[in-house]
Amino acid sequence: MVEFVLERAGYWAIIGLMMIGLYIAFSAENLIKRLVGLSIFQTTICLFYVSLSKVNGGTAPILLPEDMPYYDAAIPKGTSGPDALLAAGGERFADLYHIYSNPLPHVLMLTAIVVGVATLSLGLALIVRIREAYGTIEADEVRDIDIETALAQELEQAKEIKEASA
Amino acid sequence: MRELFTADAGPALINIALLAILFVVAIAIARLRSLFAIVMLSGVYSLVSAAWYIAVDAVDVGYTEAAVGAGMSTAVLLGAMLLTARTAKPEKPLKKLGPFLICGATAVMLIYATVDLPGLGDPNAPANTGAGLTYLQVNWFDTGVPNVVTSVLATYRGFDTMGETVVVFVAGLAVAMLLGFGERSLAETLRTAKKRRGKGKEGEGS
Amino acid sequence: MKSDHHVILRVIGKCFIPLIVIYGFYVHFHGEVGAGGAFQAGVVLAVAIILHSLTFGLANTMRAVPPAFARTLAAIGVLIFVGMGFLTVVQGGLFLEYQALFAEPPGGHDGQHAGIIIVELGVLFAVAGAMTTIFYALAGRVAEIRDEDW
Repeated sequence: MVEFVLERAGYWAIIGLMMIGLYIAFSAENLIKRLVGLSIFQTTICLFYVSLSKVNGGTAPILLPEDMPYYDAAIPKGTSGPDALLAAGGERFADLYHIYSNPLPHVLMLTAIVVGVATLSLGLALIVRIREAYGTIEADEVRDIDIETALAQELEQAKEIKEASA
Repeated sequence: MRELFTADAGPALINIALLAILFVVAIAIARLRSLFAIVMLSGVYSLVSAAWYIAVDAVDVGYTEAAVGAGMSTAVLLGAMLLTARTAKPEKPLKKLGPFLICGATAVMLIYATVDLPGLGDPNAPANTGAGLTYLQVNWFDTGVPNVVTSVLATYRGFDTMGETVVVFVAGLAVAMLLGFGERSLAETLRTAKKRRGKGKEGEGS
Repeated sequence: MKSDHHVILRVIGKCFIPLIVIYGFYVHFHGEVGAGGAFQAGVVLAVAIILHSLTFGLANTMRAVPPAFARTLAAIGVLIFVGMGFLTVVQGGLFLEYQALFAEPPGGHDGQHAGIIIVELGVLFAVAGAMTTIFYALAGRVAEIRDEDW
């Protein structure tokens, strides 16, 4: 039981962080704070993915010399050319001497982080435009202004229809 | 209990310490109202999570998070904050209840789902025995690049990376289209600087 | 410029910006062997430009690295990436199959190395250009913020 909990405590901590980010995004009326909450949420999801790729006793997925067969540091080029592949019997699958962590989630999260900052700045650009149009970046105030304008437009339309019919 | 105090305890303690710092920073962000402090703390959050990435062997991701999350996104957030506001309005206490309940319920459901997940660092987990292991084994004879992350990024999943590059490019273009490319303000700055110099006022005051 | 109270910032910035740029290129070309890669290098280059604008003012930075250059760089980066894909198609391989670049037998790595470096160069240009464009767009807008907001 203790082992079961210990193995999953990391997940639970990450889920707690995730929920704090989600809570900030939900509860904050300030749009910038909301975006910061979203970016925390995103960072923590990356943490979750990367924690799935961890292998006990493993190291970073950069091959060590023992796992590069026919590697010769003196000849930087052609270290494992077609000849090496022939010598290995045409077998592409090399047996690993060391344990490495899973590289696939790393790749996915690496690109996700860079795309995340690009989308974050897109959201910030929209917020800057909202501030210029409404004079505020509080979501509820923006909503109030929207409702006011809609009501005023409706009144105007009703007046126009009345004038046209009169 | 005794196995908690072996050589493996060091990395575990580092993990616990980093996650505790992340918790403190996240709760501080949730409670603060000064946007400047929030932006700075989000940078701190990114930097600490970068350290945590290094602790779980994801050196490339840690590097990216340190450069992008702590550097670039803090700069972008600061720039946007300068253009909008300095403080957030205080939230109504009643309005906090709904999100709190929703997040609590989601957390309970997610924690229930983790019961089926393989343990942290399990070498026989399905995620670690599938494509990831194959990439590690095949990589050297296929590409001759020691860094498996780079070769997966550029070779095995090059099409994916092409999409990401286009997304970054389009996002940059969209920001520029929303806010202007920046030349107009440059012309304005130069004009005001010239005017200032012409009037003989003190240079570069504020 | 009688009382330049930012003199320490300027001197330190002058020392550090070339180092940051060199480090960015090191990360890019060393990405095959160690940690790092084009995404990180692009952001590091953009950060060097941001540091320049923070210490010397945005107008000076825009004269050194014009916004038009930044967004052209981003477009060129994407074009390099896509063009590499079509080059491999022209050479008789699949899209982005670098093995076909020099018509090597399986196990040959020259095409892989060249392809990865060129594709990552495209990513470097795209990321650096896009990030610089984003920064220019956000920083170049005139802030109309009231003093009491501070």
